[in-house]
Amino acid sequence: MALSVEHATKKFGDFTAVDNLSLSVEEGQMHGFLGANGAGKTTTFRMILGLLDPTHGKVSWNGKPITYESSPFIGYLPEERGLYPKMKVEDQLIYLAQLRKMSKEDAKKETAAWLERFEVPHYAGKKVEELSKGNQQKIQLIASLVHKPSLIILDEPFSGLDPVNVGMLKSAILDVQKQGATIVFSSHRMDHVEELCDDMSILDHGKVVVSGSIREVKRNFGKQNVRLKMDKELTALSQLPGVEKYTGTIDGAVLQITDESTAELILAEAMKLGQLRHFSIEEPSLEEIFIAKVGKAYA
Amino acid sequence: MHSFWIIFKQAFMMKARTKSFIITTIIVAAAFFLLANLPNIIESFGDDEEGQVLHVIDESGELVPQLQAQLEQSQSDIQAMPTEMSEEELQQGITEGTIESYLVIEEGDTLSARYVSESANEMGAGSDVENAVQAIQTAQTAERLGLSGTEVGELFMPAEFEREAVSDSSKTEEELSQARGLVYVLILLIYVAVIYYPNMIAMEVANEKSSRVMEILISSVSPVKHMFAKIAGIGTLGIVQMMIFGIAGYFAFKTSGSDMAEGFFSVMGFSEIKVSTFLFAVLFFLLGYFLYAVLAALLGSLVSRTEDVQQLMLPMMFLIIISSFIAFSGIGMPEANYVTVSSFIPFFAPLVMFLRVGMLDIPLWEPLLSIAIMLLTIGVLGWFGARVYRGGVLMYGSSQSLKDIGKAIRLGNKK
Repeated sequence: MALSVEHATKKFGDFTAVDNLSLSVEEGQMHGFLGANGAGKTTTFRMILGLLDPTHGKVSWNGKPITYESSPFIGYLPEERGLYPKMKVEDQLIYLAQLRKMSKEDAKKETAAWLERFEVPHYAGKKVEELSKGNQQKIQLIASLVHKPSLIILDEPFSGLDPVNVGMLKSAILDVQKQGATIVFSSHRMDHVEELCDDMSILDHGKVVVSGSIREVKRNFGKQNVRLKMDKELTALSQLPGVEKYTGTIDGAVLQITDESTAELILAEAMKLGQLRHFSIEEPSLEEIFIAKVGKAYA
Repeated sequence: MHSFWIIFKQAFMMKARTKSFIITTIIVAAAFFLLANLPNIIESFGDDEEGQVLHVIDESGELVPQLQAQLEQSQSDIQAMPTEMSEEELQQGITEGTIESYLVIEEGDTLSARYVSESANEMGAGSDVENAVQAIQTAQTAERLGLSGTEVGELFMPAEFEREAVSDSSKTEEELSQARGLVYVLILLIYVAVIYYPNMIAMEVANEKSSRVMEILISSVSPVKHMFAKIAGIGTLGIVQMMIFGIAGYFAFKTSGSDMAEGFFSVMGFSEIKVSTFLFAVLFFLLGYFLYAVLAALLGSLVSRTEDVQQLMLPMMFLIIISSFIAFSGIGMPEANYVTVSSFIPFFAPLVMFLRVGMLDIPLWEPLLSIAIMLLTIGVLGWFGARVYRGGVLMYGSSQSLKDIGKAIRLGNKK
């Protein structure tokens, strides 16, 4: 187990920010972290990084506790972006890489390569404050990757970016993963987690409410969706036994079920109503799972 | 150690390259040159005033030549001239600005004179005239009493008066006045330095917090290392800047070649520079700096916005200002009780103990004890500051008061 968090609890006075959280990420895997604001994601990340010490429990990386000795192997993108506003992009990236014990020459080479990859080599000599928010974010991501870390913590890496840049950053993160890095990231975009991650956890009020591989999570959710498309009034179907939830759509309806046999029943009943254009059984989306588990939409 | 030097270098270079730092350094250095050459400059700009004309109402008519003679003797460029005008006319003249001053002089048992000019604060001319009138009176009285010139001279012979102090620790009067100037300048420098550089630290820390780069920094290196590397970096910058000032000042006065420079050097005690005084100055500068820098870093780590720094720094500023009051008032009476006591109080010691070392011949154990107390305080404060800093840098919020120290310690706490 590359990264392992065992029964970590963090209390701030009477407030429990993280409650008995366990997490393990295999080497070279990407783990997605979902949770509402204040669910304890950042506190968990800070415990992983050793910025905060857990009140109980422990965190280890390859069997050893994470200390400042591990600093060269760790990359961190904090949720609150932070760079020196008045420092030049290149100087800044080299400085931050040097703090992670990379040599100045290597840092310079890597910085140039990354700026090239993100199509912003002309920003090398500019001050960070002169850059747009999206470009600052690219620089921030470079800062967390430039020293070739093997454990990367990314707190909301894609927030505030346009789709083109999201694509660019995603492919960069996937490349780093292919090179063997272990990545933990949080996002409020379920589709990003679904697309990128092997495993995921949902955090609510400091507790892990769901955890596992995405497929597992979806299967264990125990609910599926039946999507129907037909030009008839379908509300009657909501009365069928086994239908948990009925949602009307423009061209039909989505019915949530727990048992696949219910799907057959729905199909039979729907066909009695008239011409059926579309019938499918779908996996639940992470969003649905999230809402079901956390009880509210992700802000 | 590697990352310590990187932060150290970064803290040093980033500040050294700022426009404000470069401009401040240049302005202060230039000010030294200006100050050193001030007499030359004043001379070249000064209006070579033709002798002021003093209108004299003198009924006897004999006094004007005597007055003129006396004025010439005292190298005053005032021209005494008898006038036919009435006092009203003269006063009118002064109001209109056609005449500068007039003198009404009458002979009785003694001379009585009234000097009138546009404003009473014209010290120079007035006292020149007063001295001249006094001299005439002396001469007249001497004549009346039948005293010869030498007898008059004897009459005014000053007594020999020397001061000697019995106390072991005090220096001779001559030594004291020399030391006083030097100590004054050095205390001023230490005072400015312990305000200026620790403020820089607090601003830096608050800046890194408000720009949120702090979280990246302290996830890379330990906050304690970060804090001390920064303090060391800015401290070195302070030494470099002070050295630039020192060298600029030295050359400014050396090259100006004016009389004032020589006078300045001797008055300030620079002609007999005591190496030990300078060594103590550097030592107390460093100790004072570290003491206040640790405190400033601690305070800077508590705020979320740079705007709030000054507010939180206020108590620290008071400490420095109080210690400067003690030090500057102590220059006149370095043996006062309150000076002695406060020279062992860590936050006052950098200025006050330096004052005592510079002004008095105190036994070596006293400054050493004071230094030990300061080192201990720096140690304790460093340990405490590191704990606050560890949590403080992670703390964001609107509240910014000293109560947050407790919160910061809890946040950074191991358990």
